[in-house]
Amino acid sequence: MEHPSPTNQGSSPPSRPRTLFEKIWQQHEVKAATADHPAVLYIDLHLIHEVTSPQAFDELRRRGLKVRRPDRCLATMDHSTPSLPADAAGAFPYVDDLARKQVEKLVENCRAFGIELYDLNSEHQGIVHVIGPEMGATQPGKTIVCGDSHTSTHGAFGALAFGIGTSEVGHVMATQCLLQHRPKTTAVEFTGRLKPGVGAKDMILALIAEIGVGGGTGQVFEYRGEAVEALSMEERMTLCNMSIEAGARAGLVAPDQKTFDYLKGRPWSPQGQAWEKAVARWRELPTDEGAAFDRVVHIDASRIEPMITFGTHPGMAMPIDDTVPAEIHGEATDKALNYMQFKAGETLIGKKVDVVFIGSCTNSRISDLREAASIFRDRNVAPGVRALIVPGSKKVKAMAEAEGLDQIFRAAGAEWREPSCSMCIAMNGDQVGAGQLAVSTSNRNFEGRQGKGSRTLLAGPATAAAAAVTGVVTDARRLGGT
Amino acid sequence: MDVFRQVTSHTAVLPQANIDTDQIIPARFLKITDKQGLGENAFYDWRYDEQGKPNPAFVLNQNPFDQAGVLVAGDNFGCGSSREHAPWALLGKGFRAVISTRIADIFSNNALKNGLLPIVVDSAFHQKLTAQPGATVNIDLEQQTVTLAEDGARVGFTIDPFARYCMLHGIDHLDFLLQQEEAIKAYEEAAA
Repeated sequence: MEHPSPTNQGSSPPSRPRTLFEKIWQQHEVKAATADHPAVLYIDLHLIHEVTSPQAFDELRRRGLKVRRPDRCLATMDHSTPSLPADAAGAFPYVDDLARKQVEKLVENCRAFGIELYDLNSEHQGIVHVIGPEMGATQPGKTIVCGDSHTSTHGAFGALAFGIGTSEVGHVMATQCLLQHRPKTTAVEFTGRLKPGVGAKDMILALIAEIGVGGGTGQVFEYRGEAVEALSMEERMTLCNMSIEAGARAGLVAPDQKTFDYLKGRPWSPQGQAWEKAVARWRELPTDEGAAFDRVVHIDASRIEPMITFGTHPGMAMPIDDTVPAEIHGEATDKALNYMQFKAGETLIGKKVDVVFIGSCTNSRISDLREAASIFRDRNVAPGVRALIVPGSKKVKAMAEAEGLDQIFRAAGAEWREPSCSMCIAMNGDQVGAGQLAVSTSNRNFEGRQGKGSRTLLAGPATAAAAAVTGVVTDARRLGGT
Repeated sequence: MDVFRQVTSHTAVLPQANIDTDQIIPARFLKITDKQGLGENAFYDWRYDEQGKPNPAFVLNQNPFDQAGVLVAGDNFGCGSSREHAPWALLGKGFRAVISTRIADIFSNNALKNGLLPIVVDSAFHQKLTAQPGATVNIDLEQQTVTLAEDGARVGFTIDPFARYCMLHGIDHLDFLLQQEEAIKAYEEAAA
């Protein structure tokens, strides 16, 4: 709404330096914006799950429409699905009938509209933002959408990926296109190198704390700089995942050799000669030297500390050793602190923790589990703490089990679960009790997000694991092991 | 989508900044497969106590705010998840417009497709509105203005011309996209 008159860049001379975002945008304009309508943007990949799709399928039925390109859809179930396995008879322990019916509706809809579905019995099932990259469906230069705000995750591959509502889910199903206003671009430059014990989750929390939860409204971020280039693909996904928590439409990282190495040989990746061609095309995507962004934000990566949130949105974050501030971005924190039962000026270190959740589309990949396991190894979950570890996909779970990570978690007294969004959104019965304090590797600390009355501290996997084994908020660097 | 030309209603004010979609409609109400019943659960955790009884201290449980058609909310309204259940819930509760100093992108996109008008105003006018909960306002989409009935104070707002046209005529965005079939086909053939 801030940008009612996007300019048509489609006719610009090719020699003008362009950003990664501009290149993808221009390649996908079916029709450029005019004074009368926004751009018609082609969508390469549509990710579908059970929560935001049923009303869209119903709209197609009502209008007698088909899904235009089922081959460009990837469907799975993750939000309402249990994180406990099926019983001996193969029945899954859904939290209630509504959840079961919602999942069954997805099965029915995918069958009726010819969409391939990775259901609970599939070896590929998992959190939609974990399996897209894992399957090689997420590729540089693609436009990717999903009825889920954390679609920004896929920007880690240099894809333009953003969340949409259910109406737009229907639009993509019916036409493979969306009406879109061109967002502005922001370069987020992480200069310098991260200190040991500091990771991608800390980078994104530090950024949101700096610019605020609305600081990215109307913008697409491109994460740049030495510290970003040094991140693994999984860490880049963590970084891009929480772009939406700053209000940004999407977050991007330029594709490089790490991106290509990650994708090579995956089921949906191009094969043979097509692979070489694709890589050659992908190498053209990074932002040209001299290309202009609408805005530039600088963050000194070498000064970032392990971060933790103290309030009720992700912008209320601070270095773990800091004291809770009375205001942030000019916003008084008193209402949030009242909810969190914290006082301004106090430290969170040593606060007794009831629940630890390691999982979600932010931090449930194999590298996250390895990081957590390094803390759990030869330690026990502290008395009175419930630790829930939920791998992001069946594949992540299998990898972790092949490495024996599940044994480390179980031996410590943590619960090792089946892939699902689980306690991040608390739709499947996994939840934090009223008044309980949780350290979570997920992405939102909103009031009641993890269950009515739940109090959430967001942090990276090492901080979460350190809280589990000590029973209190702890700086993981004091334990060693990462 | 219903035609939206003008709305005259009194306001309800939720002055907090960053009201996220989990507050507008908590995730446990997203297990439905239709759009029914969301209005009753809008702002559930603020609106009801542990026993499910209305919390009398919450504005939307108080007369006349429970009948308001215009919601005035703090900065960055609708941040968080992409759930279209949020505008569905607000419409179900009887709201036709939301006024804030900033509205999150996805919420705004979703609202416009359902006939809920997201309006961004400057902080001076916003303060005027938050200072007088229950004031009657007239929203004129044709003129793109919000007018306070009491003193005639008026402010203009911007809106995407396409979304405005669709709301004024009750046209669904999908109808426009379906008319682009030839261009879409040509694009797919060229890209293949």
